[in-house]
Amino acid sequence: MDPEIRVITIDQLGILRAVEEDPASGRVTVTITPTYTGCPAMDVIRADIRRALTAAGHPDAEVRTVYSPPWSTDWISEGGRAKLAAAGIAPPAPVRTTGVVSLTLAVRCPQCGSPETEQVSRFGSTACKALWRCRSCSEPFDHLKAL
Amino acid sequence: MNGPFDFTLALADDALIAAQRLAEWTTRAPEMEEDIALANIALDQLGAARLLLSYAGELEGAGRDEDALAYLRDDREFRNALMVELPNDDFAVTMAKLFFLAAYQLPLYTALAGCADERLAAIGAKARKESAYHLDHGALWVKRLGDGTEESHRRMQAAVDQVWPYTHELFAADPAAPVDPATLRPAFDEVVGPVLTEATLTQPDSAWAPAGGRAGVHTEHLAYLLAEMQVLHRAHPGAKW
Repeated sequence: MDPEIRVITIDQLGILRAVEEDPASGRVTVTITPTYTGCPAMDVIRADIRRALTAAGHPDAEVRTVYSPPWSTDWISEGGRAKLAAAGIAPPAPVRTTGVVSLTLAVRCPQCGSPETEQVSRFGSTACKALWRCRSCSEPFDHLKAL
Repeated sequence: MNGPFDFTLALADDALIAAQRLAEWTTRAPEMEEDIALANIALDQLGAARLLLSYAGELEGAGRDEDALAYLRDDREFRNALMVELPNDDFAVTMAKLFFLAAYQLPLYTALAGCADERLAAIGAKARKESAYHLDHGALWVKRLGDGTEESHRRMQAAVDQVWPYTHELFAADPAAPVDPATLRPAFDEVVGPVLTEATLTQPDSAWAPAGGRAGVHTEHLAYLLAEMQVLHRAHPGAKW
C-alpha cells in the first residue's frame, strides 16, 4: 500500500517494477521506481516491502531502486485510477506528448463528476498532487498531476 | 571543468544549493500555496541532487557517498554556479532565480537524457519532467509580477536586472563534458525572451558576467548557507534520521 495515498497499492501506482525470485537460492529481488526524484515516501516504501517479505519468509530480500525508464502517471492502472477517484483524488489525464505544459484539460470533480473545476494551487499535499476546487459542488479536492 | 566527475558534481551542487535556498522560504512565503510550491520544488531539486551526488561519488572512486559530498566539503570545494547561492532577497529575486534556473535545467536534462552515459541519461529523463513544471511555475510568476501593478513591475524588473548577469556562467563552454553547456544557450534564450516580453520586462544588456563558482570561487553568501546546512552533520558525524 502506498504510504501517502493509502487507498492504492504500489503495483497499481506503477512504482513496483518487478518481483523476481532466484530459482537456485530462493532470494527475492524487488525493483521499484520513485514517482518524483525527491519523493520522501521511498524509505517507508522500502521498509514496508522488507517487512512484508520478511513476514512471508524472505528475510534476505533485496529492494532495488531504478530511475529508468522514468515513472509516468500513464503507468497507474485502471484499477488504481478507480480507487483514486473513489478516495476523492482526481486521477491524471493521459500525458501530453509535446514539451509544453498545458493546464487547459478539464479535471473532473471526483465528488460530483462536474468538469466545472479550477486549480487552487499548482502544488499540493504531496509531490505528485495539485489542489483543485469544484465550482459546481464547491468541494476542494486533490488532483494527481499528469507526469 | 574537466571530466565526468566535475561535470556531475557541478550539476549536483546547482540542484543542492538551489534546494537549500528554496527551503528557506518554508513557513515564510507570501501565501500558503506558494509556501507549498517552493517546498515541493526544493524537494525535486534535492531529489536530483542526491542522485547526482551519489553518482559523482562513484565516478570519483574515493569512497565518498552523497552525505560526505553534501556535508563534508567546504565552500571552495563546491562547484555550483553563483546564481543559485545568491540570497533569496525579495520574492521577485527568488522568482527570477527559479525561472532562469529552470530555463537552463530543462534543456540540460533533456540533452542529458540522450547522452551516452546511461546513469546521467536516466537522471536527465527523470528530472526534465520536474524541471518543465518548475519552468512553468517560474514563468507564471514572472508574468504576473512583471505585468502586474506598478510596484510589482518595478520589483520584478529590479530582480531580473540583479540576477541576469549570473545566468551567463551557466553556459560557460565545456566541450569535453557529456553535454556542453554552451549548446544550451539558444534553448534558454528562446524560452526566456518571450516570457520577459509578455511580462513587459526589459532583458538587460549582458556586459557584466560574474563567474567562478565552477572553479570553487564563490560569493560570500555560500559559506553562510553551508554553515546552516552542514551544522547538524558536522556536530554529529554520521547522524541519520
